[in-house]
Amino acid sequence: MDVECEVPAAAAAAVTNGLGGGEASAAPAPLSAEQLDVEAYAAQYLGRTRLPRLLFIAQRCGVESIELEALRMAHDEARIREDTLLYRDAAQRIDGRLGPRYRYDQAWVDAVNRRAEQRKEKLETELNGHKAHLIKESIRMGYNDIGDFYYGHGHLSEAFKSYIRTRDYCTTSKHVVQMCMHVILVSIQLGQFAHVTNYVSKAEQTPDELDPIVIAKLRAAAGLAYLETKKYKLAARKFLETGPELGSNYSEVIAPQDVAVYGALCALASFDRSDLKSKVVDNINFRNFLELVPEVRELVNDFYSSRYGSCLEHLEKLKSNLLLDIHLHEHLETLYKDIRHKAIIQYTLPFISVDLNTMADAFKTSVSMLEKELAALITENKINARIDSHNKILYARHADQRNATFQRALQTGSEFERDVKAMLLRANLMKHDFNQRSLSGQRKM
Amino acid sequence: MESVETLVAHIQALSGSPEDLAQLHGLLKQADGDALRAHSAALLPLLPQLHPAAHSLGYLFLLDAFLSAPANLKAHAGGDLLATVANFLVSCSAEQIRLSPDKFLNVCKVLKSEAMQLNAPIRGIAPLRAAVRKVQPSSEHLTPLHAEYLTLCLLAKQYKAGLSVLEDDIFEVDQPKDLFLYCYYGGMIYIGLKKFRKALELLHNAVTAPMASLNAITIEAYKKYVLVSLIQNGQVPSFPKYASSTAQRNLKNHAQIYVDLSTCYGNGSYSELETFIQSNTEKFETDNNLGLVKQVLSSMYKRNIQRLTQTYLTLSLEDIASSVQLNTPKEAEMHVLRMIEDGEIHATINQKDGMVSFHEDPEQYKSSEMVEHIDSSIQRLMALSKKLTSIDENISCDHAFLMKSGRERGRGFDYDDFDSVPHKYF
Repeated sequence: MDVECEVPAAAAAAVTNGLGGGEASAAPAPLSAEQLDVEAYAAQYLGRTRLPRLLFIAQRCGVESIELEALRMAHDEARIREDTLLYRDAAQRIDGRLGPRYRYDQAWVDAVNRRAEQRKEKLETELNGHKAHLIKESIRMGYNDIGDFYYGHGHLSEAFKSYIRTRDYCTTSKHVVQMCMHVILVSIQLGQFAHVTNYVSKAEQTPDELDPIVIAKLRAAAGLAYLETKKYKLAARKFLETGPELGSNYSEVIAPQDVAVYGALCALASFDRSDLKSKVVDNINFRNFLELVPEVRELVNDFYSSRYGSCLEHLEKLKSNLLLDIHLHEHLETLYKDIRHKAIIQYTLPFISVDLNTMADAFKTSVSMLEKELAALITENKINARIDSHNKILYARHADQRNATFQRALQTGSEFERDVKAMLLRANLMKHDFNQRSLSGQRKM
Repeated sequence: MESVETLVAHIQALSGSPEDLAQLHGLLKQADGDALRAHSAALLPLLPQLHPAAHSLGYLFLLDAFLSAPANLKAHAGGDLLATVANFLVSCSAEQIRLSPDKFLNVCKVLKSEAMQLNAPIRGIAPLRAAVRKVQPSSEHLTPLHAEYLTLCLLAKQYKAGLSVLEDDIFEVDQPKDLFLYCYYGGMIYIGLKKFRKALELLHNAVTAPMASLNAITIEAYKKYVLVSLIQNGQVPSFPKYASSTAQRNLKNHAQIYVDLSTCYGNGSYSELETFIQSNTEKFETDNNLGLVKQVLSSMYKRNIQRLTQTYLTLSLEDIASSVQLNTPKEAEMHVLRMIEDGEIHATINQKDGMVSFHEDPEQYKSSEMVEHIDSSIQRLMALSKKLTSIDENISCDHAFLMKSGRERGRGFDYDDFDSVPHKYF
């Protein structure tokens, strides 16, 4: 008896931990920490995005060895990229724990800043020269150079402004697409996803046929934007439409593995069964992505073939790593919750009655926890069933059409009666008001 | 200058045919004012010479002249005067008094204030009810007396007496203020009878009536509207789009604490609601709404238990207690029992193992009562829609309406302009 009591308590603890978000689950995370290979992770990405990703991992992982590893890599990366702002951030967070080589180097920062200043001045004079000559193409190039320069040094909002300015000097649709890609890149790093959506649609509207790689990039960027704005269904659509041409061409923003994970999770959380079959399981394009992350492929297949227990188990295994993802961590809880609810709903759907004990086994949870979850779902009208709490059985509820029709008819009738009466009354009041006003100039109520 | 005695003689002579009455009305109007007022004190002894039913018009003028002097009221304070007036109201002739409704209203108001002064509002109820019926051209008309009558019912706690007036549907209104008061007091009477659905209808009318500027009656009505909505439906609907913009914009500011209460209720936590109410008891008390607020609080149990019936087939009393935040299974049993008795849920309690089984609504819509009920609804609705059609026809022939819609048609044909009935019903 005692043993049985402990199980729900442990399950409850697990759930509360899970709901607590990143910080809470970070504490007992040695398992995840060992799983995460920072170097391999960072190798998936190119360019500036590695820096914030590494710093994010350092901040969230909660294990010192990993934290330092991530910080060390961020430090090296920042030094190579001459991003003084993030360099300072990384160095301060290392705080001397990695020996003298990783101490904050003010002299280097100053030198870099000085060089950057000179370069900036040079670029600006060049641009002014182009402006004086009114050569559109050169002005565009000039702004692009300045944008690249700012981006390289981590001044994202300045880079954003420069890239936006090239817009007036675009002469071909190729230029427009280039401008859009730049803006999208910077906006994603700035976290301004409204711009991303805007410029994706702008790029898609250009009259010329787009390169399949560009299309794939745009789809991925749009998916990311929808994910961040919590429109999971749309996000899933976009990720699923992303072509295999993406490959590692867009690794300054997103790795193909990420497309697989984001797409699969969003789809599981928001698609119904038939959509899941046609758009995910049978989608040849997307299968290429899924092959990259076998765990996710497995869990999608598990979900589709109703092996919810192992599906949820896979999800749980992936969770700690996914919590360290810079884009997904915020949405992970919602997505996981939705997937779990979907699973529960689908489980109950074909049955007239379900034994809660068997169901709890399938979902690897206790009966009482399951009962609570079911009760919540029934209250939200997501499951049409009622629980026999005494015998621990869930009975599907078949609405009596005849009674429901009678009830509705009577209700509509009385509503109609009430509304019409109130309306006539108001109409009369208005008529009266109208008469009064036409009789005397003003009237006090 | 005729003396009062001649006037009385005239009244006695000219109370027969309608022509005579018209003449008498002219005479009385001439005499009214200084002539009658000067002798007002002497009028009371003359009244017995007249018959309240046969000489109603004259009686009314004399009575009004007498009552409008405050000194007379003071001199005759006590039950006798009240009895005289009440007797007149009950027996007077409806046709005659309708010639001079203002005076009749005055007399009624004096009756009401007298009854209140004597601390016996119940004595005013019967005569005022008779007065309401007499001064109404039809049962669809709202008169200023409605509000007075309902106040007396409220004060005397004779809520059932109020129903006789409230059960008629009101369509014709002269003064908006009458309507606001009627709706407010009517709502309170229904609240007193715990007929919250009807109360809600009346308060809803008060809140959504067209108004150019906000008035205190509406604010008070809105406060009660919020509370009754919570008790009845568990939530407060937002303003419908036909509510006046004044109400939509300002009402919430004037009843902030009630809005807060409804948001707190929406969270579904009993203890939270209880603390909120306790910390604001004073404010609710000054509004005289504390009783209702307490009912809101206890309605939360009911709502939560009702929600359980949607979710469970069987549930132990213990689980019920814990999920609706009651302290003991015993209390839960009490609540469930009471709700079963009131027909709010369908369930059986098994005391042996402390289990409650919830059932579906046993109504099968097969009984003859139900058929009768449905039939009567159909009849009512048919009558209503006939009325609607005739009103629609009237409006489409209305000169002012045609002028306005004709002008708007110039801008482009819009079908909605001609739809006086809400679309959703078709």
